[in-house]
Amino acid sequence: MKAFEYATPETKEQAVSLLGASWGQAEILAGGTDLLALMKDDVVAPKRLVNIKEIKDLKGVTSSAEGFRIGALTTLGDLADNANVLKEYPALADALNEAASPQIRNLATLAGNLCQRPRCWYFRNGLGLLPKSEGGKDLVAEGENRYHAILGNDGPAKFVSPSTIVPALIAYGAKLRLVGPRGKREVPLEKFYAIPATETEREHDLRPNEIVTEVIIPPAHGVMAAHYEIRQKATFDWPLAVAAVALTMNGSRVESARVVMGYVAPVPWISPEAEQALVGQPINAETAQKAADAALGNAKPLSQNAYKVQLARVAVKRAILKAGGAA
Amino acid sequence: MKKNVTIKVNGADRRAAVEPRLLLVHFLREVAGLTGTHVGCETSLCGACTVLLDGRAVKSCTVLAVQADGRKVTTVEGLADGDKLHPIQEGFWEEHGLQCGFCTPGMIMCSHDLLEHHPNPSDSEIRAGINGNLCRCTGYQHIVAAVRNASKKMSKRATARAGAR
Ligand SMILES: Cc1cc2nc3c(=O)[nH]c(=O)nc-3n(C[C@H](O)[C@H](O)[C@H](O)COP(=O)(O)OP(=O)(O)OC[C@H]3O[C@@H](n4cnc5c(N)ncnc54)[C@H](O)[C@@H]3O)c2cc1C
Ligand code: FES
Ligand code: FES
Repeated sequence: MKAFEYATPETKEQAVSLLGASWGQAEILAGGTDLLALMKDDVVAPKRLVNIKEIKDLKGVTSSAEGFRIGALTTLGDLADNANVLKEYPALADALNEAASPQIRNLATLAGNLCQRPRCWYFRNGLGLLPKSEGGKDLVAEGENRYHAILGNDGPAKFVSPSTIVPALIAYGAKLRLVGPRGKREVPLEKFYAIPATETEREHDLRPNEIVTEVIIPPAHGVMAAHYEIRQKATFDWPLAVAAVALTMNGSRVESARVVMGYVAPVPWISPEAEQALVGQPINAETAQKAADAALGNAKPLSQNAYKVQLARVAVKRAILKAGGAA
Repeated sequence: MKKNVTIKVNGADRRAAVEPRLLLVHFLREVAGLTGTHVGCETSLCGACTVLLDGRAVKSCTVLAVQADGRKVTTVEGLADGDKLHPIQEGFWEEHGLQCGFCTPGMIMCSHDLLEHHPNPSDSEIRAGINGNLCRCTGYQHIVAAVRNASKKMSKRATARAGAR
């Protein structure tokens, strides 16, 4: 690990002023479970680490008419044990309980989870998010791509979005609040992720001197939601496909649907095709299968990952059946 | 530039000026001289380096010593009361919960967090509770038995203590 300067500000304003206006100068340190791994491998080598753990405004959870507000520093473990999450947001609770291992959940913060960097092995070996050979060849397309994207992979980005919690949060309609040198802003979580087209862009819409301060999930009365993920090993591994589904019903028929996949594209992948296939339908094995087929209709696997199309389809189908109470 | 840190390790304050990039596990082993905490992968995968940070299990190879400044750390050396082993240590002893012993300090510290928060776990909860710890020798069966044994002892002692009041 390269040497760095370590700063522990006590307010958001101090923290913002300690961050640089361009990437590479300073990094925010929350739990450190992702950032320290990247720094050990010299993939990220900031001159300054800004430890935000002493900023009181970023802690705690509260419920109000607006919804459930989760401070950026809330750990995945504390959130998984939160009574409100267990009662109102079961799909989020499932996603949290399946993520990583107890030791990681004790340190990992929610904002760190949303901002964690992709697991792509080319990126983690210092070859960048859009890795190219010296001759300009696309290393992922021509190389080891069994865990890479099957959707949204037409451009140079072929990594997959790494959080297993984000799909459930997007299905519930979560928003993010950020603070930067020009004040606060709010973004729907689904708009926070973007597919980079050049190596200087990141995979999220976070400015180098911005801090995520909180996540707000709207009330979920009457929402039926579920999370389903497929892993190679039963526990403690990164998944191959994740699906989160949120339904509102009119009697026994679907009134509106959200279908979000993880680990299939460089961004959390929302499927309007699957949503349309569900509206007006009852939930059963046949309608769930049709929606799952629609969700993967545009999939374009790479040379080694055609198997992921079927896994993602199964994840979507099972998440729909689980949300509808039919699984 | 070095930073002064004070970390309460097993009840005693340890003060040192450290490089911000020093990992907590190296602070424990090299500065505090406590080599019970092992380093396996140093990439937060194996769990051999698990210690308690303010009572919660963490992988000390992925925590900076400066992040632990002002906080309490418990290592495997901090569990026994003199010659009297902690019930989790007794559980591993009685059920042969180890072979080479490399994973054992991490397994014990992770089980400590589990049993403090779920005093009577089922076998599947025990397995989920230690799923961030790898063991290359035992096949895990004896480790699960050791944790089950410890949970019984700990709840028996808790009941005895409650009865004495
Ligand atoms: C073995 C292992 C298994 C894992 N399995 C899973 C899994 O199954 N599912 C899953 O979703 N994740 C998994 N993870 C990833 C883990 O959830 C993340 O590492 C963790 O959530 C990051 O949170 P942190 O607080 O430790 O972030 P840090 O490591 O401190 O930061 C991560 C990134 O976010 C930035 N950041 C942090 N906080 C903020 C903020 N408030 N505002 C702006 N930027 C910020 C940092 O600068 C850094 O770039 C796993 C990790 C490991 C090591
Ligand atoms: S040495 Fe820390 S997890 Fe392996
Ligand atoms: S006893 Fe040898 S690694 Fe677990």
